[in-house]
Amino acid sequence: MKHMNEENDPSLRESGLPESEEFELAETQILEEEKLSKEELLEAEFEEEDREEEEIAGRTLSPTRLVLKRFFRSKLSMTGLVILLALFVFSFLGPVFRFLPFVWGEKESDESYAVKEEYSTEVKAPEYGSDPVYIVTYSYPTNYLKPSGTHLLGTDDKGFDVYSRLMYGGRVSLTVGFVVVILETILGVLLGGLAGYFGGWVDQVIMRIVDIFNCVPTLPMMMIVGVALEAKNISGPAKLYIMMAMLTFFGWAGTARLVRGQILSLREQDFMLSAEASGLTATRKIFRHLVPNVMPQLIVSMTLGLGGIILTEATLGYLGIGLPAEYATWGNMINAAANNTALRLYPNLWVAPGICIVLAVLAFNFVGDGLRDAFDPKARR
Amino acid sequence: MENEAKLDKETSSEYLLEVKNLKKYFPIKKALHEKDSVYLKAVDGVSFNLKQGKTIGIVGESGCGKSTLGRTILRLYEPTDGEIIFDGKHIEKLKGETLRRMRPEFQMIFQDPYSSLSPRMTVGEIVGEAVKLHKIVPPEEHDDYILDLMKKCGLQPHHINRYPHEFSGGQRQRICIVKALALKPKLVICDEPVSALDVSIQAQVINLLKDLQEENGQAYIFISHDLSVVEHISDDVGVMYLGNMVEYGTKEDLFTEPLHPYTKALFSAVPIPDPDIKLNRVILEGDIPSPANPPKGCKFHTRCRECMGICREVEPEFRDIGGGHFVACHLYDDIPDVKLD
Repeated sequence: MKHMNEENDPSLRESGLPESEEFELAETQILEEEKLSKEELLEAEFEEEDREEEEIAGRTLSPTRLVLKRFFRSKLSMTGLVILLALFVFSFLGPVFRFLPFVWGEKESDESYAVKEEYSTEVKAPEYGSDPVYIVTYSYPTNYLKPSGTHLLGTDDKGFDVYSRLMYGGRVSLTVGFVVVILETILGVLLGGLAGYFGGWVDQVIMRIVDIFNCVPTLPMMMIVGVALEAKNISGPAKLYIMMAMLTFFGWAGTARLVRGQILSLREQDFMLSAEASGLTATRKIFRHLVPNVMPQLIVSMTLGLGGIILTEATLGYLGIGLPAEYATWGNMINAAANNTALRLYPNLWVAPGICIVLAVLAFNFVGDGLRDAFDPKARR
Repeated sequence: MENEAKLDKETSSEYLLEVKNLKKYFPIKKALHEKDSVYLKAVDGVSFNLKQGKTIGIVGESGCGKSTLGRTILRLYEPTDGEIIFDGKHIEKLKGETLRRMRPEFQMIFQDPYSSLSPRMTVGEIVGEAVKLHKIVPPEEHDDYILDLMKKCGLQPHHINRYPHEFSGGQRQRICIVKALALKPKLVICDEPVSALDVSIQAQVINLLKDLQEENGQAYIFISHDLSVVEHISDDVGVMYLGNMVEYGTKEDLFTEPLHPYTKALFSAVPIPDPDIKLNRVILEGDIPSPANPPKGCKFHTRCRECMGICREVEPEFRDIGGGHFVACHLYDDIPDVKLD
């Protein structure tokens, strides 16, 4: 194991003990071991091994790499990571394979499957005499098709391929999640950092604003905004941006509070006093000394927050106040279940997006939990 | 070059650092009227002078305001009152950017080597950051300068890329020392730099500090509750009790002839490694009173064996009773300006 590490890691090669010293160490160990009884020897050996492992780990790894090592060791977080990767590949690479028979465009209906249906309606038209008059209409229904080789999950009420829309929907849902979480974090770190670092009235003002934002019920607000946007006839993509902005606007308060609390406690540490004594500038103190130490908590809260935002997006989509229905998002697709017929007769429309949402949120939570454990030095396994 | 600059300064002022009647009060309860506010008087009128290249030891029990004194001198805390004259400049009046630029000249070594190093920076970053920022050495010499200093303090060159958590307590404290001394300070305040270390490492660190002083000529204010350590490193010693300096003098004067009853009690507690010597210990009764509500008169009278009537009423003056030996005690009121020993 040691050799492997030595080969992989240039820093160890540089810093490792010279060979002669290692030999000396080994010799003294043998001398000591002779004095011990068999059982003690075994125990001592284990301890020695543990210590050696720890020493190697401590000697070669920066805090970040230590965390990654612990993260990749956990099965749960690896499961989460694999699910997430699968979802990402599915959503972002899937639509590229347009040449496959079952991959369709986002708003493309399958005309070849159209079945000509004839409807005739009898109308009264006295000018044509007493003979009955029929109006014949032809319809080419491409909607509500059963799952088949070309439509793996069938088609929806507008004749769009559900399976393909699942991919496009993932793009939007995941992107919304990431963009909103990143924006939230930037805003939260900025305001929380200011509050925590400067304290006093700055802290008071920012934290009262945070309190106000925590009191605002997000969902009704979003519904009002959604209805207002509807009334103003705003186009789909613009609506998407506005929705992301609104989600950020209502969501940053939690991050700000977290960052502020962390910085308050870090500010009292000696190394901050030491930074002050070295005459470092305020920006340097905040961004080189404080923020890197808040990063672990931030990363965890971001990953856990991602799940939450995907859920919010789904809720909005289901309530029909997110993007216009022709845009595919997982939430919009679940909206199909709002229709009683679809709910009873066409589960293929809404079960799959539901599963996707559950998987995504679950995976983000797994990864978040895994990261939290990995960052916690006390949770050593 | 450094030495020349130092000599110039020495001719202009006798002392590197003059602390005059320094006070630091922490508000406990703020009221509308000033007289209703309650303050914790952590440092309550301390004065002393420090010459270039000398060491002052500050001793006292926990909570007597030693650390606060050190931090207030460095302006890590805002002084409530008093003067700090460093190198002819009034530090207590400096503001913002001017103060920040002055900072490298007075450095601090902290008590806890575990919390005083930024955990997510490598040793090289920790030490080099301020050196680069203040342009202590030309950029092309930077790496050699850091490595050289690390070597002097017994750290290996490859340590530069490691993180603090990979070091033992003694090594960390040496990193702290490198960090402080890399800025070429004229004054280093050592706030119990060895109390978190075990005894063998204590000696190592103390000797390192002494060697570096001989080499670079910086002055130390050495704060400690360990008398033997203070005796080893200091030229002068000040004894603090409840925010006041009760006795101050040269190390020899203080250790051979302590005058203040508190100093006597403190020094009698130093163990002597000889079982045949019977310790003539002066046991102090009671706890240290709260600095938020100190006793009237002499602050020590509640625990003093030689307490007199006057001690309960009048606060004793901190005065020179001869040969630069200062004491604040009514016992020596009637022997003005007589050198006792």
